Amino acid sequence: MGQTIIEKIISGHSGKEVHAGDIVVARVDYVMGQDGTAPLAIRAFNEMGGKEVFDRDRVALVIDHSAPSPNEGVSSLHQLMREFAAEKDFRLYDVGEGVCHQLLPESGRVGPGSLVIGADSHTCTYGALNAFSTGVGSTDLAGGLISGRMWFKVPETVKFVCNGNLPSGVYSKDLILYLIGDVTADGATYMAAEYTGEAIAAMSQEARFTVANMAIEMGAKAGLMEADDKTLAWLRRFSDQRYTPVSADTGAVYSRVLEYDVSWLEPQVARPHRVDNVAPVKDVAGRPVAQAVLGTCTNGRLEDLRIAAGILGGRKVHRDVRLIVAPASRRVLLDAMAEGLIQALVEAGAAIVTPGCGPCVGTHNGVPSDGETVISTANRNFKGRMGNSKAEIYLASPATVAASALTGKITDPREVPGT
Amino acid sequence: MKFGGKSHKFGNDVNTDYIISGKYKFKTLDMKELAKHVMEDLDPQFYRKVSAGDFVVAGTNFGCGSSREQAPLAIKHAGISAVLAKSFARIFYRNAINTGLPVVECDTDQIDPGDELFIDLAAGVITNKTKGSNIPVKPLPGVMLKILNDGGLAPHFRKHGGFNLQ
Ligand code: SF4
Repeated sequence: MGQTIIEKIISGHSGKEVHAGDIVVARVDYVMGQDGTAPLAIRAFNEMGGKEVFDRDRVALVIDHSAPSPNEGVSSLHQLMREFAAEKDFRLYDVGEGVCHQLLPESGRVGPGSLVIGADSHTCTYGALNAFSTGVGSTDLAGGLISGRMWFKVPETVKFVCNGNLPSGVYSKDLILYLIGDVTADGATYMAAEYTGEAIAAMSQEARFTVANMAIEMGAKAGLMEADDKTLAWLRRFSDQRYTPVSADTGAVYSRVLEYDVSWLEPQVARPHRVDNVAPVKDVAGRPVAQAVLGTCTNGRLEDLRIAAGILGGRKVHRDVRLIVAPASRRVLLDAMAEGLIQALVEAGAAIVTPGCGPCVGTHNGVPSDGETVISTANRNFKGRMGNSKAEIYLASPATVAASALTGKITDPREVPGT
Repeated sequence: MKFGGKSHKFGNDVNTDYIISGKYKFKTLDMKELAKHVMEDLDPQFYRKVSAGDFVVAGTNFGCGSSREQAPLAIKHAGISAVLAKSFARIFYRNAINTGLPVVECDTDQIDPGDELFIDLAAGVITNKTKGSNIPVKPLPGVMLKILNDGGLAPHFRKHGGFNLQ
C-alpha cells in the first residue's frame, strides 16, 4: 500500500511499515523546549525519575519567548533552564540567539526525513525541510528528553495542491492565510498537511517555512513538503550532513486532496480574533493602525526583512505607528545588517528588538493599548494574544505590514507607489 | 473513574490563550495561582463559579493554539474533573491525558449550562441528571486510557521506566 510522506518518516523511525490510524512508539532525532514549556518539563523530568538526557547532541532548550526577561518570575524560570542544561551538559540557546523555530533549522540538525518533537506548537515549521516535526506539551517533552522516543498516532494526510504562480505583491503568507480561511481552524485537526504544486516549487526555502509554520492554525499535526535542490542548498549553509529526501508514493492514500489555482490570489489578512477569519486586504483597507510588527517564527527571516526594507527604505513610518521589528535569529540580524536592511528600517523609524519571539505572545516587547489595532506578521490573532484582550490583531504578509506602517492604515502593498 | 458536578458551557474553538493567557503562564509554575485566571478572557468570574468536580463543556476544537501544558493543568487545579467537547485540538488532548485530566468527546449539544452531570469513564456513559438522559461517549484509544489510568505520563514513566504502551 502506498504511503504519504509522514507515514514513511514514522515507518523509518519505528522499524515497521505504518499507515494512518496505527499507534506506534517511534525514535526521535531531536527534542526541543522553550522558556514557556521547559520549566514544567524539567519538573516532569524529575518526577519521572529522569537522570540524563538520551543524547546530549540531540536536545536543546531555547530562551526566546520572554527574552530578555521582563520580571523576576520569568528570570527564575530562565535560571532553572540554564542550570538544568548545564547539569545535563547540553545546548541552551540563551537571550538574543533567536526564535526556536529559526534556530533548529539553522543548527543543521534537522533535515529531510528527520523526526522532531518540540514543546511549542509551531514545531511543525520544519515540515518545510521535509521533516516530520510536531508540537507536544511539557510532559511529552520530558518523556522525549529521557527516552529519545515518543508515541504517535499516525495521522491521515490532506494534500494541498497549489497550481499556478503567485502574482507579484502576493506572498507565501497570503497563500497560507487563504488556505486556513478556506479549510478553517479545525479543517485538518489530527491530520498532516502535504503542500505541493507549482506555487510551492517556485517558492524560496524561506517562503516555504511560512507555509509549514501555520499548519497548526488549521489544526494539523504537521505540514510537510518535498525536498528539492533549494531545500538541500539551504541546508548546506548550516551542515554538510547528507539527507535522503522523502517523497509520497504515487499510490499514497489521502483523506482529501484540495486543488487551488493561486494565480488570481490577492494579499490576504486574518481579522480579529481568529486566524481563519480571512479576507482580502482590500476589504479592511483604510483601518488606522497603531502598531505594526515584523518578525516571529512565521515571518522574521532575511527575505521578510528584505521585503519590508524594499517598501520602507528611504521613507518614513507613519507618525501614528510604532513599527517593531524582531529578527528571527542573531544570524538573520547579522545578515540583515550586512545587507543594510537594518540601517534602512531604523532610518525609516523602526524599533529593533532582541532576536526572539518579540511581542508575539504578549509577555514583553510591545503590548498594545486598549482599542488599538495591530497589524502583524505573526501566526495568531487570538483575543489577548499580545497581552491585551482589548486590542485588535490583524495578521498579514511582511509587505502588507510594511505598507500599512508607511501609510498608518491597513494597506494593500500593491498600492504603494514605487515598490 | 467516576465524577459528578455541574456544567460550565463554552462555544467552539476555545484556544489555549483563553484557557490561560500567556501573560500569566510565563511567570510561575504555581498552578494554584494560574488556576485563578483560567478562562478569564471569556468569563472573568469563571474561577469563582466553579465547585470541585464540575465540568467544562464546549463545542468543537477545544484547546486549539499553543502547546502550553499550563492549559489543562490550570483547568484541573481550578477543580474541574473533566472536559467534555465535540472535538479537541490534538496537543491539548495529549497534554490533558499526560497530566491526568480526563477529556471526553461527545455530543455536547445535549448539555445546557448548569446541567447536573454524572460520568462513568470506564463504562463510557454520561448521565445528564437535569434532563434525565444518557449521552454516549466516544471511547479513548487504549494507549491513552493506559496513561490516564496510571495517573498521567509521569507516573506511567515512574511505574514502567519508560513507554509501556504496546
Ligand atoms: S514567535 Fe510567536 S508563534 Fe513563534 S514560537 Fe515565538 S511565541 Fe510562538
